[in-house]
Amino acid sequence: MRISVRVNGDEASGDVEPRLLLVHYLRQTLGLTGTHWGCDTSNCGACTVLLDGVPVKSCTVLAVMADGHAVTTVEGLATSDGLDPVQEGFMQEHGLQCGFCTPGMMLTARALLDRDPDPDEATIREAISGNLCRCTGYENIVRAIRWAAGHPAAEVAKEASL
Amino acid sequence: MQVPAPFEYARASTVDEAIELLGRHGAGARLVAGGHSLLPMMKLRLARPDALVDINGLSDLDYIRVDGDEIAIGAMTRHAGVLGSAVLAEHYRIFAEAERVIADPIVRNRGTVGGSLCQADPAEDLSAVFAALRGTAVVRSASGSRTVALREFHTGPYETVVGEGEILVEVRVPIRTHLGSAYEKVERRAGDWAIAAAGAFVQLDDAGAVRDVGLGLAAVGAEHYTCEEAEDLLRGRPLSDEAIAEAAALCAQRCQPQADQRGPVDYKRHLVGVLVGRALRRSAGRARGEEV
Amino acid sequence: MTTTERPADSDDLRSPAGNPLGFGRMLRKEDARFLRGHGRYVDDVVLPGMLHGAILRSPYAHARILSVDTTAADAHPGVKAVITGKTLEGLNLAWMPTLSGDVTAVLATDKVRFQGQEVAFVIADDEYTARDALELVDVEYEPLPAVVDARHALDPDAPVIRDDLDGRTDNHIYDWEAGDAEACEAAFARADVVVAEDMIYPRVHPAPMETCGSVAYMDKVTGKLTVWTTTQAPHAHRTVYALVAGLPEHKIQIISPDIGGGFGNKVGIYPGYVLSIVGSIVTGAPVKWMEDRSENLMSTSFARDYHMHGEIAATKDGKILALRVNVLADHGAFNGVAQPTKFPAGFFHVFTGSYDYPAAHCKVTAVYTNKALGGVAYACSFRITEAVYLVERMVDCLAFELKMDPAELRMKNLLRPEQFPYTSPTGWVYDSGDYPRALAEAMRIAGYDELRKEQAERRAAAARPGADPSAPLMGIGLSFFTEAVGAGPRKHMDILGLGMADGCELRLHPTGKAQLRLSVQTQGQGHETTFAQIVSHVIGIPPEDIEVLHGDTDNTPFGLGTYGSRSTPVSGAAAAVAAQRVKEKARIVAAAALECSVEDLEWEHGRWYVRGDPESAKTMAELAMAAHSALELPEGVEGHLDASVVYDPPNLTYPFGAYICVVDVDPQTGAVKVRRFIAVDDCGPRINPMIVEGQVHGGLADGVGMALMEVIAFDSDGNNLGGSFMDYLLPTSMECPSWELGMTVTPSPHHPIGVKGVGESATVGSPAAVVNAVLDALGLRHADMPFTPAMTWRAMQGRPMRPDLAIE
Repeated sequence: MRISVRVNGDEASGDVEPRLLLVHYLRQTLGLTGTHWGCDTSNCGACTVLLDGVPVKSCTVLAVMADGHAVTTVEGLATSDGLDPVQEGFMQEHGLQCGFCTPGMMLTARALLDRDPDPDEATIREAISGNLCRCTGYENIVRAIRWAAGHPAAEVAKEASL
Repeated sequence: MQVPAPFEYARASTVDEAIELLGRHGAGARLVAGGHSLLPMMKLRLARPDALVDINGLSDLDYIRVDGDEIAIGAMTRHAGVLGSAVLAEHYRIFAEAERVIADPIVRNRGTVGGSLCQADPAEDLSAVFAALRGTAVVRSASGSRTVALREFHTGPYETVVGEGEILVEVRVPIRTHLGSAYEKVERRAGDWAIAAAGAFVQLDDAGAVRDVGLGLAAVGAEHYTCEEAEDLLRGRPLSDEAIAEAAALCAQRCQPQADQRGPVDYKRHLVGVLVGRALRRSAGRARGEEV
Repeated sequence: MTTTERPADSDDLRSPAGNPLGFGRMLRKEDARFLRGHGRYVDDVVLPGMLHGAILRSPYAHARILSVDTTAADAHPGVKAVITGKTLEGLNLAWMPTLSGDVTAVLATDKVRFQGQEVAFVIADDEYTARDALELVDVEYEPLPAVVDARHALDPDAPVIRDDLDGRTDNHIYDWEAGDAEACEAAFARADVVVAEDMIYPRVHPAPMETCGSVAYMDKVTGKLTVWTTTQAPHAHRTVYALVAGLPEHKIQIISPDIGGGFGNKVGIYPGYVLSIVGSIVTGAPVKWMEDRSENLMSTSFARDYHMHGEIAATKDGKILALRVNVLADHGAFNGVAQPTKFPAGFFHVFTGSYDYPAAHCKVTAVYTNKALGGVAYACSFRITEAVYLVERMVDCLAFELKMDPAELRMKNLLRPEQFPYTSPTGWVYDSGDYPRALAEAMRIAGYDELRKEQAERRAAAARPGADPSAPLMGIGLSFFTEAVGAGPRKHMDILGLGMADGCELRLHPTGKAQLRLSVQTQGQGHETTFAQIVSHVIGIPPEDIEVLHGDTDNTPFGLGTYGSRSTPVSGAAAAVAAQRVKEKARIVAAAALECSVEDLEWEHGRWYVRGDPESAKTMAELAMAAHSALELPEGVEGHLDASVVYDPPNLTYPFGAYICVVDVDPQTGAVKVRRFIAVDDCGPRINPMIVEGQVHGGLADGVGMALMEVIAFDSDGNNLGGSFMDYLLPTSMECPSWELGMTVTPSPHHPIGVKGVGESATVGSPAAVVNAVLDALGLRHADMPFTPAMTWRAMQGRPMRPDLAIE
């Protein structure tokens, strides 16, 4: 079946099998391997992407369901102006270790901040409760999202030079 | 990772088209909305539909509105929509309380009211909520619409009255006054299915007696997700501690939970008693205008 | 090698990029790629012509294989090959050695011995086709009775699982003892109080977010095998492949790219890895195999599964006299534990813990059951998690019987600072510690006395008539742990005969930039940052000028990998020593350049200068260029500025800590909520405090997970009841409190920079604190974790359930 999906602002189109999962379409067909997968049962959230701005678990969405819609992956978070405040926050607050849950976690955070620019800790914890992390104990992820809330886009001039 | 077996795929943009597509693909066709129950089953190859009819395009079924003396909820309303609904928050706190503990926020962005009810998982929270509220389901087919009481909607675990070529389009709940409602769930962890859950609404009359009451039970093998005997026992009586205890005990006695890794039978029965009691107490408090 | 350089001054010095020149908080170098989705994990590897493999697994826990028919699968469009146990027998590869002297099946030939065991491997054009074809492989099984309950594994009528081994008539693997049984007996005989308790540390799983997998390519022209694989120990894997498959080791390249968490899950060699290699040999194409989550949970290294009977002896005023324990260890169907050869029960015999008493003894009996193999994983520090759980539970059981505050009892028995180095009753030499200070600090942060007061008030309120029956029960739990990490001294420790020393190479380029090559492999611990800081700390060049290379056996020196919290204690020492050697060589170069003697030179923050003339100086960058230049060097001194080191640790390091957990339990539902968690860790000087705290945070979440929800149980047929993330529950952000951390700093006297390793401390120390808190809330002496609402409620009813069996 022929589909056309706007991925990170660019139009992608091609033929796919109806059963192709969105996560595989992104990773294998488009080569956007920043989206990971960690389970098969939509429990872990490693595969979270934004579908029309809303976080979804792309292991449980068919690629054909994204036809005609817009998908944002981690590769689409940064702009030419620099990192998204969420990305910067994850770095500043050590919100990632192995990096595997990070793309999904950051996209969930982005959607939260778009909806609620100044969430408190409890709101953040609830928002990320569908994204499992095995490294951080969530503490620094919460801090990272708070950091991003305190540093709206314009203030993020550049990433730390490393 | 696990992947589904091949299937044919068709997309519907209207209810009529969905019904037509179901007819065309026959008995092996399944509707898919959020897909968060169906797709994992298909990945495990426990479900093998020949064809999926995608109804995510039926955005005209995504609504929550007051319609006369009822609230109408479109079948394609996502869980997140139920959770955030001002209309439901005004009338029935039970919805937000249940939705907040259904799966996780991301799954709730995708899963739908219709999909949850039609999946008919015995532990499904919304089934218990609608059973408690004595809602009705509107089911459409090529030959027209029919209305089914939610308490008659499920015919067994993973089975409903929705037949071949039919589609659940709407759920309706009566608007009640002098009312409080609440949902109580115990789970092993955030996002897990309920070990046991109980929902209730209570309508009090001016004397403080129960004018009407509804109970919903999930995950404990309650017939039709409820316990009508307990409701009958409460109606017309003041909602005393004794009455609540009797009703809770009756619910615990009548349900038929099964042991699994969430808990043994005795514990689940015990939980039913505790949670029915808590749901009734908080519902009554809210009916009296207390902040509970 | 035994100098202790304190990092005190390096925090204040900053590189041009603003990073500390040495120790201190520094943002991670590796984040730049992860934040953009540019990490490269094994499943991101795509090679031209790559095929995909999928494994058919046994639905039975124990069954004889009568036949395997691959005809239909072979004929399926897109299928390139189907490999069975028979195929492998022909290649003499059906069995492979485990890391514990046993053998395990790559693909089952005679019987399947656990649910999820590998039976056939399908290779196809793509993953979807491979998985479709799995359904077409027709296997005929004859189900056999399964050994599920370890306590019945040695029954005379128990089915013999390992009839593949010659002369096997039972399911016994080994008995192993440590300590002095007679001294223990004597101590128990004179004790006022003896408390005995049975406890299960149930089977759990490391469950990293990334599952295991590999991409193998055998280039038949060059004879070179390249394997991109999820391994914490790339060099050990290379050697094992050479030994197992008879492949020449110099033609094997193992690449461990970015790893999505390991926690011990990625130490062992799994059949899937071998099958991807065999698949590439058979098809001539690269073959990728990635397990799904169920495969990960059901077939790869589990952790724990210790059934323990502990006995503690004490005087009536609470002085501990002795501790002894009998362990029944469930090793699954094959003994595939990854641990130093001499220690079949890992480092469990460090179970005497953090206390001062003279007598201890343990006996461990290991058995086969019809479950997956493994046993050392999940940040357990070679079974120290089990050991700490045992002793910290037994100490609480003693406090319960003595009606003594558990903090007071611990304080009374903790080793005192002047006792270090301390030789434990089971032979460990603890390097350094100030235990009372750490416990006092944890109690200070927690406000321990106020917490106990609040608890007393709540209990009094609950006892009053008309009290709210749903008012939460408050519990306070402590644990104090001593870890033994950094395995280990070569003369004592090896895995499969490979000594546990680590190589390291430091190379300064002419412009003063450096590359550091490590044998260990990060799985998220931040080695690219921390190791650069170690080198920076010693030679003063900015950490951003030091590139850390690891995870590729063609480009790094040999070493045994990252597990058991050994990277910083062993490879970190190697890096520090390499840097020290470079620094000393730079001194010779500086003397030549400054035309003075080396004795006249003094070191200060990245430069050698002439004593009394600080302006006559050469920075490391200048010396790097000079070392590569035409500058004449003394006789016998070669040019360049490199060092290659193999570090053989003289001893383990012994990090320690004091943890306090506060919980609220719903008395009617049994639901447990962790209200607070206070963790004071002492891992010596902290190279990067931000990273250390992150390591602790993760381990504390593990403790909450194991104490409250994580468990793999089996039903009576041997069906795995924890085979997906719907059933094997990992803690979410909702169950974890905001962690409250503290620290003390006690350097290791034998480590070149005094550091001790921290990767597993919190996982080791935290479960007991949570469990002790729950039991304190319930007023019970003991019940087994995980404290799911059902387990908790049944314990409250006095009818506890076995966590390792199906709930009925």
